[in-house]
Amino acid sequence: MSTRPSSVAWTEFRSNPISLLGLGLVILCVGAALLADWITPYPTHVGPIGDFTAINQGPSAAHWFGTDTIGRDVLTRIVFGFRLSLVMAALVLAISMPVGVILGLLAGYIGGWVEFLIMRLTDIFLAIPPLVLAMAIMGFLPATLTNAMLAVTVMWWPWYTRLVYNLVRSEAREGYVLAAEVIGASAPHVMFREILPNCAPAVLTKLTLDVGFVVLMVSSLSFLGLGVQPPTPDLGSMVADGAKYMPDAWWLSVFPALAILVLVLGFNLLGDGLREAFDAEV
Amino acid sequence: MPILRLLLRRLGVSVLVLFGVSLLIFCVARVVPGDPARIALGPNATQEQVDALRAERHLDEPIAVQYLYFLRDLAHGDLGTSLYTKRPVTTDIASYLPATLELVLVAGLMMIVLGIPLGILSARFKGRWMDHLARLLAVTTVCTPAFVWAVILQLLLAYLWPVFPLEGRLPTDVAPPPGITGFYLIDSLLAGEPRTFAVTAYHLVLPSLALALSGIGQTARLTRSSMIETYRRPYIEMSRAYGFAERRIARRYAFRPALIPTLTILGLDFAAMLANAFLVERVFGWSGLSRYGVEVILRKDLDAIVGTVMVIAGMFLLTNLIVDVLVSVINPRIRLGEGRAKA
Repeated sequence: MSTRPSSVAWTEFRSNPISLLGLGLVILCVGAALLADWITPYPTHVGPIGDFTAINQGPSAAHWFGTDTIGRDVLTRIVFGFRLSLVMAALVLAISMPVGVILGLLAGYIGGWVEFLIMRLTDIFLAIPPLVLAMAIMGFLPATLTNAMLAVTVMWWPWYTRLVYNLVRSEAREGYVLAAEVIGASAPHVMFREILPNCAPAVLTKLTLDVGFVVLMVSSLSFLGLGVQPPTPDLGSMVADGAKYMPDAWWLSVFPALAILVLVLGFNLLGDGLREAFDAEV
Repeated sequence: MPILRLLLRRLGVSVLVLFGVSLLIFCVARVVPGDPARIALGPNATQEQVDALRAERHLDEPIAVQYLYFLRDLAHGDLGTSLYTKRPVTTDIASYLPATLELVLVAGLMMIVLGIPLGILSARFKGRWMDHLARLLAVTTVCTPAFVWAVILQLLLAYLWPVFPLEGRLPTDVAPPPGITGFYLIDSLLAGEPRTFAVTAYHLVLPSLALALSGIGQTARLTRSSMIETYRRPYIEMSRAYGFAERRIARRYAFRPALIPTLTILGLDFAAMLANAFLVERVFGWSGLSRYGVEVILRKDLDAIVGTVMVIAGMFLLTNLIVDVLVSVINPRIRLGEGRAKA
C-alpha cells in the first residue's frame, strides 16, 4: 500500500468540494453537540418535562422543527441527540479500535496458531450481521444505554482486526521491515514502531467512516427499543416514537430521521475524502 | 472438477464457522449476569417455577454440558422451545421466515436491476450530470439507515400521496394464498390467483424499496468504479484496435470482469438486508422474522433468540457461499486457484 505524505494529502483533500462539504457537516454536528447547552432554544426540554401549553405544534418561528406530544422542542432534542450519538460512537470506537488493531497486528505478524485463533474468531463474529449480533446481545441484557454501547463494541472490533491483518500481511514483506528485523529489532518494536505507523492512514480513514456507522447502528438499536430509554433524547427512538403519530405530526419523525442522515452523511463524505487523499484502501 | 472441490471446501468452512457461531452465541446467552430462567419467567414467578425451568432446560448443569445438550438437539434439528409462543422455535421460524425472505429477495432483485444499470450509465457518462446525479444518489443512499427510508417513503407515497398501501402483506379482505412455500408471490401463482399475486406485489413495493435503496447506491457506486477501472485495461484498448464495435466490447469484454467486485458486495449487502429487514418490517407492520425476533428479545426468550441468530447466520453464510461460487465461475483465475480477485 502506498501512502502519501500528509501535505500532499491535504492538498488533494482541499481540492475536492465533496470532502469539504463532509468536513463542514461534521464541524456543524460536532459544534452543535458541544455547544448544545447554549445554542438550543429550550435546553430544559431534554428531560421528561416540556411546555404543556404548546403540544403537537408544527414547525413555526418559535419551534423550527415543531414540538412533541408533551410540548418539548424537537430541534432542542435533536441537538442533544447529536451529543449522545457522538459520545456513544466515540466510546465504542475508543475501545473496539485499539483491541481490533492489536489483535490484527498480532495475527498478521506472529502468524502460526495465534493467527489461526484470532482470524477464525474474527470469521465467526463477521458471519453474523452486525445489527443482529448486537440485538442478540441486547436480548440477554437489560435495555440501557451502557449495554447498547457494550453490544456494539463487542461486534465492532473484528472489522479492525481484519483490516489491520491484511495491511500487516502486505507490509511485512516490505524492505523496511526486513531491515529492522536484520538489525535485531524485537517483535513488539517491529509491530508497533515500524508497521503500525504505516497502517495509520487506513485505520484513521476507517475510524472516520465508522463514526457514522456506529451512530447508525446505535440509532437502529434504539429505534427497535433495545437501546437508549426515554426520556434521554436519542435520534433513533425519536423516529420510532414519532412514527406512531404519522402523518398528522410528521415532523416528529421526519426531522430526527433527516438529522441521522446529515450526521452519517457528513462522516461518510469526510471519510471518503480522507480515503482518496491518503490513497488508502479500507 | 475444480468448482465442485471449491464448493465442498467452502461448505466445510461454512459449517465450521456456523459451529463457531453457535458456540459464541451460546456463551453470550449463558455468561451474562443473572439467571436466564429467572429473567425468562419474570420477577413474579415462584422459586419452584424457576427451579423447574432450570431443571427442564438443564440450566443447573455445568455450561459445557449445557452446550453438549444444545448441540445434541441441534443435530436433531431442534432449536428448543419458545417460552413466549410455547411452540418449537423451528416451527416459529418456519412460519415467519418466508415473509422476510420474500421481502429480502425482492429487495435484492431491485438492487441488481436498478443498481448495476445505474452504475454502468454513470461510468459511461463519466463526469457529466448523469454521473454526478448517480454518485450523489449513491452516497446519500449508502449512509441512510433503512428505517429512515422506510419512514420517509411511507410518509410520501402512502400518507401524503397514497399510491401504495400503508402496511402489511395483504389487505384484510384478501385471504392469503394456500401455504405451500409461504412466499405469497409463488403461492398465489401456484394456486392460480392472479389478483392475489398483484396485490402482494403491490404491497411489496414500498418495503422492499426502502430495504434496497442503500444497496442500490452501493452497487451503483461499485459497478461504476469497476467499469471505469476495466476500461483502462490494455485488452480493451486492443479490442478497439481490432475494430470491434463498442457495444460488443462493453457486453462481451468489459462487463464480465467488472461484475466481480459488484458480486462480492452484493453478498455483503444481502447480509445487511437480512439485518435491516428488522427495521423495515417494523415500520411496515410486516409479520416476518423480525417481528418475532424483536418480540423474543424483549421477552428474553433464550432459545428463540439463539435460534433466530443461528438461522440468520446460516443464511448469511449460504449467501456468501453462493457468491463465492458465482465469482469463481466468472473468473477463471480464482477457479484455478491463482489467488483472489481484488475487490
